[in-house]
Amino acid sequence: MLIKRPPDIKPSEITPESAFHRRRDILKAALAAGLLPAANAWGQAIGGGFPELVPLAREATRHRAFPEVGNLGDLNTWPHDVERETTSFEDITNYNNYYEFGTGKTDPAKNAHTLRTHPWSVTVEGEADITGTFALEDLMKGHTLEDRLYRFRCVEAWSMVVPWVGFPLGDLLKRFEPTSRANYVQFFTLNDAEQMPGVRYPVLRWPYREGLTIAEAMHPLALLTVGLYGQVLPNQNGAPLRLIVPWKYGFKSIKSIVRIRFMEREPETSWNMANAREYGFYSNVNPDKDHPRWSQATERVLGAGLFSSRIPTRLFNGYADQVASLYTGLDLMRNY
Amino acid sequence: MTRRNLALIKALVIVACVVPFAWVAARAFGYGGDLGANPVQMVLHTFGKTGLNLLILTLAITPIRKQTGLNWLVALRRTLGLAAFFYILLHAITYAVLDQGLAWQSLLVDVAMRPYITVGFLALVLMVPLAVTSTNAMQRRLKRRWVQLHRLVYLIGILGAVHFLWLVKIDVSEPLLYMGVLALLLGYRVVDWRRRQQRRLQARQRRESPA
Repeated sequence: MLIKRPPDIKPSEITPESAFHRRRDILKAALAAGLLPAANAWGQAIGGGFPELVPLAREATRHRAFPEVGNLGDLNTWPHDVERETTSFEDITNYNNYYEFGTGKTDPAKNAHTLRTHPWSVTVEGEADITGTFALEDLMKGHTLEDRLYRFRCVEAWSMVVPWVGFPLGDLLKRFEPTSRANYVQFFTLNDAEQMPGVRYPVLRWPYREGLTIAEAMHPLALLTVGLYGQVLPNQNGAPLRLIVPWKYGFKSIKSIVRIRFMEREPETSWNMANAREYGFYSNVNPDKDHPRWSQATERVLGAGLFSSRIPTRLFNGYADQVASLYTGLDLMRNY
Repeated sequence: MTRRNLALIKALVIVACVVPFAWVAARAFGYGGDLGANPVQMVLHTFGKTGLNLLILTLAITPIRKQTGLNWLVALRRTLGLAAFFYILLHAITYAVLDQGLAWQSLLVDVAMRPYITVGFLALVLMVPLAVTSTNAMQRRLKRRWVQLHRLVYLIGILGAVHFLWLVKIDVSEPLLYMGVLALLLGYRVVDWRRRQQRRLQARQRRESPA
């Protein structure tokens, strides 16, 4: 088994045992309930080099079914220092901002069952040599899934700690051979009123879109995510494919991705389009840069109970050692 | 409406006013479910929204009474108004104690610098004299000035709705609904006041010109 560990992570900084056991409990319960296929669906057979990327138009065969629910199998773990308790599966999956399914925190858990995550394809376009529409299974082939425990900080000043499952975004992006003009990457969420009741209301400009600089996108912490707690992502958490950028506010971590676009100029992003003063393109977690209407200095930890106190928010959500070098020379107070 | 029936209705209204608090208290101790992933926010929003709802109900009493002729409704206004005050007070206490942990510095910054908190705080402060002067004795003592003082409730309602509007991230549909209802209730009073002005004017004209 391949264990990747960045050089600056101490061996003592391991995934809390409680999280591990809780995940196993959930898997056991799911198995008992008949939710999981007996054999692991696609976690194990993956490995080695990447096969050639074949767009669907040229060869429409699907290789292996992407499980709609179930266990993701044996995962390589990428131990990470989060210094906090892992948030429960219950809280992670019942307190969501996914406006395509309603603007209430519990709306996505209630409404997202209408999302059809299979079959799923992603269109890649723009400044890259290899473009086209690809089946999700094809995109995932050759990538090794990793279990990554990340802090997650919402711009609304609440936070959680989530055991995501995914693979580095950069590993996939490189396979499209971006050109020298690819300075940015833009992502789009599915926009289908039939599956997503919320897009009938112009709360944001649909489809939801987000973007990163190419350097941010290539950073090993940026994770293309397909699961949490060792299971396929629940719909309300952005199934079947979402981004997790742990050093940025949660809205940057776009859900249910259907389009990836390599771009020369800074792409449009939904919250920035809605209110540029309140939501900048970078939106890095920064306790010193308040939201115009509320403080970002502290955060409320989900699941910590009625009598818990807020905790201090950390620059880059505590990932400054890993990502601060991306922003050398950039005034973070002006480029928020 | 007999006195006994009115007392019964008042008692029912008081019980109904306690329901949201009881719901929160029961769930806080694990009865009938929990308060979700973010219990502090759940308590904060439940108290705030209940307070605003009761405030709007208080403002709705007079138009409903005038339209339906059910004059006994006015007897419920004080109960509803006081309940609104207590919920807004609980809302503020939840914010200061449970959410901010009585961090005075950040509380002061919030009240002074964050417009939505400033207007919310102002609304609460303005409710205090109304609650204090809500007794029959005070009403008798202040006479006309009591009526003038209690007109503040319109301003308090507007401040409450603005507080709601300014705190939501982007989906303003719910605060706008509150503002719409408030506009209707205040608009009714403006129309009603002008109608009475006109009637008074006509009466004076009749008196002055011999038939």
